[in-house]
Amino acid sequence: MELSELIETSKVDHVLLSRPFLQPVKGTLCVTSHHLLLSSRAGDKEELWLLIRNIDAIEKRLAGSSGIITIKCKDLCVMSLEIPGMEECLNIAKSIEALSSLETTSHMYPFFYRPKQLNLLEGWDLFTPEEQFTKLSIHTDNWRLSYVNKEFAVCTTYPDAVIVHKCIDDAAIKTVAGFRQGGRFPVFSYYHKKTKMVIMRSSQPLTGANGKRCKEDEQFLAAVLQPDKKGFIIDTRSIQAAHQAKVKGGGFESKTNYHNWKRLHRPIERGRVLQESLIKLIDACNDQSNSIDRWLSKLETSKWLTHLKTVLTIACMAAQCVDREGASVLIHGSEGRDTTLQLTSLAQIILDPDCRTISGFQALIEREWLQAGHPFQIRCASSAYSHAKLKQEAPIFLIFLDCCWQMSCQFPCSFQFNEQFLITLFEHAYASCFGTFLCNNEKERFTLNVKEQTISIWARMNSPSEQKQYVNPLYERNNFTIWPSVAPQSLQLWQGLFLRWIRTPEHQNEAWEQIKHIIELSRRKANPSSTELSVLKEDYAAN
Amino acid sequence: MQRERWQLQHQEHPSIERIKSDTGTAPARGQEHRLPSGISNCIVGTLGFFRERMEYIRTPKIENVRLLDRVSSKKASVGSLYLTATHLIFVEHLSESRKETWILHSQICAVEKQATTATGCPLLIRCKNFQVIQFIISQERDCHDIYISLIRLSRPVKYEELYCFSFNPKQEKNERERGWNLTDLEAEYNRMGVPNSLWQVSHVNRDYGVCDTYPAELYVPKSASTPVIVGSSKFRSRGRFPVLCYFCQDNNGAICRSSQPLSGFSARCLEDEQMLQAIRMSNPGSDFLYVVDTRPKLNAMANRAAGKGYENEDNYSNIKFHFIGIENIHVMRNSLQKLLDVCELRSPAMSDFLWGLESSGWLKHIKAIMDAGIFIAKAVAEEAASVLVHCSDGWDRTAQVCSIAGLLLDPFYRTLKGFMVLIEKDWVSFGHKFNHRIQEKTNSLWPHLMKNQIDYKNPLYRKDHSQTQGVLRPHTTPSNFRFWRNMYNRFEKGMHPRQSVTEFLMAVKEETQQLEEELEVLEEKLARLDQSHLRDRREAIKLPHNLESTTDQCLTNTPQDYTDNGKPFTSCSSSQADENSETTILIHNMKHSDTDLSGNSDQESGVADLSCRSPSGGDFLSSEDSSKNLSEYPEEIAFAVA
Repeated sequence: MELSELIETSKVDHVLLSRPFLQPVKGTLCVTSHHLLLSSRAGDKEELWLLIRNIDAIEKRLAGSSGIITIKCKDLCVMSLEIPGMEECLNIAKSIEALSSLETTSHMYPFFYRPKQLNLLEGWDLFTPEEQFTKLSIHTDNWRLSYVNKEFAVCTTYPDAVIVHKCIDDAAIKTVAGFRQGGRFPVFSYYHKKTKMVIMRSSQPLTGANGKRCKEDEQFLAAVLQPDKKGFIIDTRSIQAAHQAKVKGGGFESKTNYHNWKRLHRPIERGRVLQESLIKLIDACNDQSNSIDRWLSKLETSKWLTHLKTVLTIACMAAQCVDREGASVLIHGSEGRDTTLQLTSLAQIILDPDCRTISGFQALIEREWLQAGHPFQIRCASSAYSHAKLKQEAPIFLIFLDCCWQMSCQFPCSFQFNEQFLITLFEHAYASCFGTFLCNNEKERFTLNVKEQTISIWARMNSPSEQKQYVNPLYERNNFTIWPSVAPQSLQLWQGLFLRWIRTPEHQNEAWEQIKHIIELSRRKANPSSTELSVLKEDYAAN
Repeated sequence: MQRERWQLQHQEHPSIERIKSDTGTAPARGQEHRLPSGISNCIVGTLGFFRERMEYIRTPKIENVRLLDRVSSKKASVGSLYLTATHLIFVEHLSESRKETWILHSQICAVEKQATTATGCPLLIRCKNFQVIQFIISQERDCHDIYISLIRLSRPVKYEELYCFSFNPKQEKNERERGWNLTDLEAEYNRMGVPNSLWQVSHVNRDYGVCDTYPAELYVPKSASTPVIVGSSKFRSRGRFPVLCYFCQDNNGAICRSSQPLSGFSARCLEDEQMLQAIRMSNPGSDFLYVVDTRPKLNAMANRAAGKGYENEDNYSNIKFHFIGIENIHVMRNSLQKLLDVCELRSPAMSDFLWGLESSGWLKHIKAIMDAGIFIAKAVAEEAASVLVHCSDGWDRTAQVCSIAGLLLDPFYRTLKGFMVLIEKDWVSFGHKFNHRIQEKTNSLWPHLMKNQIDYKNPLYRKDHSQTQGVLRPHTTPSNFRFWRNMYNRFEKGMHPRQSVTEFLMAVKEETQQLEEELEVLEEKLARLDQSHLRDRREAIKLPHNLESTTDQCLTNTPQDYTDNGKPFTSCSSSQADENSETTILIHNMKHSDTDLSGNSDQESGVADLSCRSPSGGDFLSSEDSSKNLSEYPEEIAFAVA
């Protein structure tokens, strides 16, 4: 099928575009396979260059002889097009609806995006399990790199190389994989140098209603712990939910069979509840007619901040187990692809200063989200506006980004990246011209040749001109563990994201410009002068 | 010595040894414990005053008092409690730093003695600066003594009992006078361009005869004669007739303030009507005058029954009358109390907090005041109109609204000095003539703030900036109003950001300046030595080291309580000394470990057991179970190690 077949009307003149913070502009609207363009032909640039994939919902209404299309984007922006002529309006709307609901991955824009400055190979090898393993082997030889999942034979949602404990051979891994949902056997996630303890992740064990056991699974987990050491299993479901899972063949690690593992049930919301929470939150943010009471009530009802607090609290607890209690941790929920990854990645940000750098954070996203098999494509299929029936959408990744932002507010000098960096990742997770967040796991990416035929977002974000805008001017490497406050007073609405199209950012930007200015001035002064000074002092002393 | 910096008077603290010679009744005299090192500072006032105050002190010192940490009930520091004529002082025993907590008696707003428990008698002290302190005193009698003393000491009967009368930072008399002159209101009106052809200074209130809550010098329209002023004052609550509060030189727009008119249902006053007309005429560019009543309409109407009320548009020519519903002090006080109750909740859920914030109504009141200020600023800046603002007495809501409007309109008020002037002008001077009498005997706050201005400066402030030049137009959609954590939870250090951007930037700025100065000096020397070739040598970039220190300091933080049920996570209680935390827990929980094994070990005892147990069997699915699970954690560690 040619995408162009979906376009009913490709060009309309005299369309009036209204967007937040900008003057309305009249111009020619074009619909292409992947973009919505509007040009007034006044300058040499188009006024609008909108990726159709970014459109979450459209609403159309007729006003006299013209029609108005309201476009609600996944990046939360809302804009409107006033199109002269009813028929044109309906055609345009129909085309947008058809193009934006495309589900065939290989038809998506990243496969066609070929900017001059970037090449296809760049950025894809930014992080590899091999590299991670090399780094790990400096500190411990208890782990090995296994290619048991070559060609994704054992687990379809794991990468082809994973780090596992050296005590378990590939044959045993296959058995263990059979005992874990989706074949997601326990794998290495993070090594904490200070205490020599690790964080691992997996999916739930398939004990089922009959309490099935798996000797290899038990032996493997037992071997991970040093003699007389206790480990913690953090189950992201409530104890009730975990019990109920047994009926469906799932389950949890029983105390008798996993002696030294202490299970902690810390329920985290997932799925539909979260998606609805996001929808309610955005609805509250966009309703400007609210009174304070109504706003606070809506904010509360959305439960967004409650979900944040829960996730951050449990991530802190996981980090605390490793750092303060000197215990290893295994994290899983049911599938181990959502809440599990929130916890493993946030715990690493708390514990590991490397994860708070730009490249370290990218590596974290690569290994704990992309390679770990977070189903980006289905979770981010729609954002807060979509009228489509909810399928498996859930802002799992957005909650993670929000938690990162909350921490960066409490430790404003400890993160090398700024708010814009996190917002950019949010945008691209939902709609992107880059291939990074396409598909749901490495196997799908491999099948579609994503890494050969699309451009990695890291290639763009790491280009020197681009990277500048993501750098936090206040950054100073901080080698400590960062323990955020999770008190309600300490968590706040991420205004920079959720109110980004409502509140003009100019004052905030001015403040950041001034911060940059102060720091640049100091560096400029400090660099030549401190050296000059030391030289001068020396010479002066010598004389 | 580390000390809470809440009490700014205590920046200097001479040696404690002098106490004994200064007063004969120094607390804890002859005891082997050292006294807090600032005590002498508060005992240098008049002896008579102290003797009188000392009579209320039944027990000057109590040993073995525990100061509870409000975030984590397990953390408590043990120390001694001293009661002096002016302060309650807690000195921690164990720590090397002998950390001190000072509470000024007049800062205390409530003392609560709670029911005695096995550990002692709890004494809860709520301060006006939002600090809440809980002591546990082992002897009930001691607790009672302190309680009775504090009740009396915290409620001074006479002004002279206030600490500010005895506080003596050993300043020269003229230095003190200069302090009071820092905020010279005459100079401030001159800065606004007053007096001028439209406005003049009036001495009608020279002896506070016309209005005893107004300052002596007042600025009124040139066309308002003394009879008009006096007549108007008789028609206004407490004689607070309309006077100039802010004048905009660019467009002659003026903000005036007064109290409510005594209009009742139908009373009129020709002079008052003339007074308003005079204000309107003092702004030749505008043919009307806004009259803003900051009360809710209902309140204003209720006042009419008491012979007070608001201006009738029919009687005053060319006024535009507006109500802006800001609630009265009683509503505000209740709202603040509710807000503080929310702030005091122990580890509340997010919903509890947001719900409490909403039902306190606090942000709603803040928004109402902001909206009123914005309305007035807009009227002046955009319509070049003049505005008369009043509420009932015209000293609470009127002061709030006028000063907000001033702050939005005039960049000067956004400077450190300007803000002081604004407070002095809109709040202090229009409240009490009392001010003039106490100048002789007390010190002004402003010079103190000026002296320490580095602590109060915003590093991002730019005088030349577009934002600071013009009128501020803040966003007032509800989502822009946020709970001010750093104010209302000021003393909950654990809730605040662990790194301060302000401190960081101030350090950078200071460093930059130092380098600049040093460089200048050395360059001069260099020129003299003629060794300019050395400039080519470059070394590695070195960071200003005071940056490093600020960062390090704030980063040695510890985990919070991350368990949901309020029971602290084991390592929390041991603060920094984690290495020992496991053993501590072990000892602490040893006796429970047996019950743990049988009682709450997941209800799992074997494969068979699991297989036949249906999810509905037993009570282990009850909701308590999962929460019980949370609390097990410490015990489980004990079990593991054992």
